[in-house]
Amino acid sequence: MSFNYISQILPSLIQGAGLTLQIFFWTLILSIPLGIIVSLGLTSKIKPLKWILEIYVWLMRGTPLLLQLIFVFYGLPIIGIVFQRYDAALVAFILNYAAYFAEIFRGGFQSVSVGQYEAAKVLRLNYWQTVRKIIIPQVVKIVIPSIGNEVINLVKDSSLVYVIGLGDLLRAGNVATSRDVTLVPLLLVGLIYLLLVGICTLILRQVEKRYSYFK
Amino acid sequence: MLEVKNLKKSFGERVILDDVNLTVRDDEILCIVGPSGAGKTTLLRCITGLDTPDSGEFLMDGQPFDPQGTGASDRVIGVVFQDFNLFPNLSVMENITLAPTMVLKESKEAAVKNAKKLLGELGLSTKGDLYPWQLSGGQKQRVAIARALAMKPKILCYDEPTSALDPNLRQEVANIILSLKKGGVTQLVVTHDLDFAEEIADDLLKVNPIDQNQD
Ligand SMILES: Nc1ncnc2c1ncn2[C@@H]1O[C@H](COP(=O)(O)OP(=O)(O)OP(=O)(O)O)[C@@H](O)[C@H]1O
Ligand SMILES: [Mg+2]
Repeated sequence: MSFNYISQILPSLIQGAGLTLQIFFWTLILSIPLGIIVSLGLTSKIKPLKWILEIYVWLMRGTPLLLQLIFVFYGLPIIGIVFQRYDAALVAFILNYAAYFAEIFRGGFQSVSVGQYEAAKVLRLNYWQTVRKIIIPQVVKIVIPSIGNEVINLVKDSSLVYVIGLGDLLRAGNVATSRDVTLVPLLLVGLIYLLLVGICTLILRQVEKRYSYFK
Repeated sequence: MLEVKNLKKSFGERVILDDVNLTVRDDEILCIVGPSGAGKTTLLRCITGLDTPDSGEFLMDGQPFDPQGTGASDRVIGVVFQDFNLFPNLSVMENITLAPTMVLKESKEAAVKNAKKLLGELGLSTKGDLYPWQLSGGQKQRVAIARALAMKPKILCYDEPTSALDPNLRQEVANIILSLKKGGVTQLVVTHDLDFAEEIADDLLKVNPIDQNQD
């Protein structure tokens, strides 16, 4: 494994990792708030809204992300909805991950006891004061471990964009491997994923620690 | 003086409270006793605004008030819950000062000063920086009392103040309630423990389950 060769292919791998990270960040930044909104809808008293959202979550969690990705990029143009590769990837990832996050947050909101709302009510705190000061901190603490799992899945799932021809980290490695007939690029790709997941794990641990002052 | 007149409450077809009347005189303790299922908690929840009665009148010092209202003249009842319902994400000090600062718009300094005074009176001066999980059951209850008193209620209500605690603490609870009375706190205590009630009460109200077959 010559140092020369590595430094030769590294730029293209890093470029691929850049796209991987872009998809990772945009998906996280947009699917978490969307997931929270959907989770509130899932517990809504407006039945039709609740049913529609339940079907959405069921579809997203019940079918492979790969299928959803192919559906958005290759399927939707048949009925006239055309996305660029990158946009198609983001749409599929955000819709898919928001469904998972919605389920997680729904569970989180439900596990805060009614007593907390009642205590806030007799103290005359209003709805937003209650949600902001009492409910959200408790929900965040409850959901951090599950959100963390999804975040790590997302790092790896992002490699699925390969199938619609986006030049992510995995594709960069695969191109180099077939061109140069060596395992080195794929091993490097593996290392970079491990590094990314490692960084995520460290950050998540810090966040978890920040919330460990209460039980 | 709190007066409740002609209070009625049913759940569906089941009548739980039928024409309940009660009076709590200033600086006195009224105990409501009765067997399980008699509707004690329901009565208290109506008075504290957590349940909506079917009909009935609430008067404080002769003036009508709405237990669910948020106006200054409606904010007259404080509650110590059976399992305390402290906010786990907030320190003891924050539990006590949250509502005074957010609802009564007290300055932080004034709220903290008052909280320290309450904690001192309840033997908790050193506990301000702790979180609820670091407290014993009896300490949690006293924090719940301080939290309620910080809102300067005219009446402090308890649901089963002895039931979530070690039986040895029964006397301690009685002493706290009696010493608050000396300090001029008017109190309403719901309990199924007749001995306990007789020890602390100035006035007793016995309630019994309504025989549904009679009507
Ligand atoms: N939300 C509700 N919906 C329907 N029925 C209810 C509800 N809350 C209470 N009840 C019924 O009302 C009756 C009185 O309940 P309540 O909790 O007030 O009794 P209690 O006197 O406090 O009893 P305990 O000593 O066991 O606490 C019970 O038969 C209970 O099943
Ligand atoms: Mg009860």
